[in-house]
Amino acid sequence: MTIDTPAVHVPRPHAKVRRATKSSWAGLAVIVVLLLAAPAVPYVLDKGVQGSLVTLFSLIVMATMWNLLAGYGGMLSIGQQAYVGIGAYALVYISDTIGLDPFMAVPLAVVIAGLFAYPISFLAFRLSGGYFAIGTWVIAVVLMQITLQIPALGGGIGVTFTGFSDLTPGRRIAYVYWLSLVGVALAVAVTYWIMRSRLGLGFTAIRDDETAAASLGVRVTRSKRFVFVVAAMGSGLAGAMIAANTLRVQPDSIFSVNYAVFMIFIVVIGGIGTIEGPILGAIVFFALQQWLSDLGAWYLVILGVIAIVITLFLPRGLWGLVSGDGRIRLFPVGYRLVRAAPEP
Amino acid sequence: MQWINAIIQGVLLGGLYALLAAGLSLMFGVMRIVNLAHGALAILAAYIGLVIVQGTGVSPFIAMVAVVPIMAGIGYVLQWGIFNRALRMGGLAPLLGAFGLAVVLTQLMQLKFTTDSQSLQTGSLSIASIRITEQISIGVLPLITFAAGVIVIFGLQMFLSKAPLGRAMRAASDDSETVPLMGIDNRQVYALSTAIALGTVGIAGMFLGMRGNFDPNYGQAMLIFAFEAVIIGGLGSLWGTLAGGMVLGVAQALGSQMNPSYGVLVGNLVFLLILAFRPTGLLPKAVTT
Repeated sequence: MTIDTPAVHVPRPHAKVRRATKSSWAGLAVIVVLLLAAPAVPYVLDKGVQGSLVTLFSLIVMATMWNLLAGYGGMLSIGQQAYVGIGAYALVYISDTIGLDPFMAVPLAVVIAGLFAYPISFLAFRLSGGYFAIGTWVIAVVLMQITLQIPALGGGIGVTFTGFSDLTPGRRIAYVYWLSLVGVALAVAVTYWIMRSRLGLGFTAIRDDETAAASLGVRVTRSKRFVFVVAAMGSGLAGAMIAANTLRVQPDSIFSVNYAVFMIFIVVIGGIGTIEGPILGAIVFFALQQWLSDLGAWYLVILGVIAIVITLFLPRGLWGLVSGDGRIRLFPVGYRLVRAAPEP
Repeated sequence: MQWINAIIQGVLLGGLYALLAAGLSLMFGVMRIVNLAHGALAILAAYIGLVIVQGTGVSPFIAMVAVVPIMAGIGYVLQWGIFNRALRMGGLAPLLGAFGLAVVLTQLMQLKFTTDSQSLQTGSLSIASIRITEQISIGVLPLITFAAGVIVIFGLQMFLSKAPLGRAMRAASDDSETVPLMGIDNRQVYALSTAIALGTVGIAGMFLGMRGNFDPNYGQAMLIFAFEAVIIGGLGSLWGTLAGGMVLGVAQALGSQMNPSYGVLVGNLVFLLILAFRPTGLLPKAVTT
């Protein structure tokens, strides 16, 4: 009988691992140029374009956050409109009723969305899978129904955002645009940072096998709760952006499940589980929305059919096509072996 | 007396919710699919019934005889067309597919039937009632709906425990990898399960249309009520779903009694309370076989 010596894992000193790729350096360059050029938009383009860009930015924020929750965290929510509504109402209340500067009110609104999400997570996490999805939806409906009963929030009529009303329309939209630009850059940056951190690695493990991940020391529930709260804060940010852009907050529309529909379709079409997918998806969705707007309700039918087809036949979405199934990465979150160690 | 009346009406309303929830429960039990298009499909059944009633002039009860097999056929096709493939993709695919289907169906119904409220006319039956005391009377139609809910749940329970296909469905639920080794095609079992589930949705949709008004967007509320009935009752238990439907119905009726606009809110709050303090539901699976 031979005794096998246990295989000792010897670290290979010459292996070389990189995260960045050529495409990610090129992507970084493009992003830097865009971020340097984008602040100049209010000096070049008219108010209508700026308003449209704010809408696009809010879609990118919502989709990025929904993807963080579902694509990375595995939690499919149909209730993120809860935090869109909280963010919007919080901005209007803090700025108009309490009288704080709107630029201060936006970060506070984001924090408030997170403060709501933390206790809500304990309730929602009692459900999983599809029941989690409907449970989050019920919670959003309840928040809307409670808002309807609060006179300070305007009940069913809603509230008007007047925080920027002493500004000229041109200056107001420019401020909202800059605010949203910072918002969208932060939302993507935070998601990128989370997914590159230890937490992101944990999520990759949870996605592949939750039980195995837990046995290796990944704090599954705590990680999920963290992402749930961050995603709510991001949705709250989108809500504040929408309120500042449209100036009108009504319970029926700001808590509308349509926001969840948009988030889901954008992420599915763009490519779930990537950082690039929701951004590409939001741009495609926004373009389709403009292009198909004459068709009325047909546009959601077409988008829905596209989403179903992509779910069934192209699970990596449009970004999967563009990137050649992951060869091109603008936001590298994984590791790539550049050179294996020589065999001993 | 008003409160007792509200409780009785709530229990009867709960029969409708249980009827709605039965199909949701069945699909989850067999395939672990939460069919997010469930509510939209119930409304589709009501509209199919409406088209038949308006086209032929028959009573909604006669139309139901046609609606149930039509819905079952739709279920069979959906399972082969969407869900079987989505199940093979794994992950979030079944949920995303069902969600997309819900949105597409709702929008298509809006295009075809507009958002105007409709209802299935039952003539004198809609106002017939049995008087118990001065203040309390039980509507005949709500009573028939409740009875239909009990019969469907009892029938499903018997079918699952006794019929060969029911056994195959439970087997596919327990161990989907071993079932094909026994010469049974899972996908066919799934397709027949969805057909049966949507058959019950057909019955639920018809009663829903007879008991009140509906429009294409009403499917969202129906999905939520069915879901709440399932969770309140306890996952995996059909009798629990009936109890859950009744609890939800009573909560809504008592809420409406307090203030007409509170009904749905109180129902939702009771659901959240049960989720917080008794997350396994009223009758968890261990109680029933």
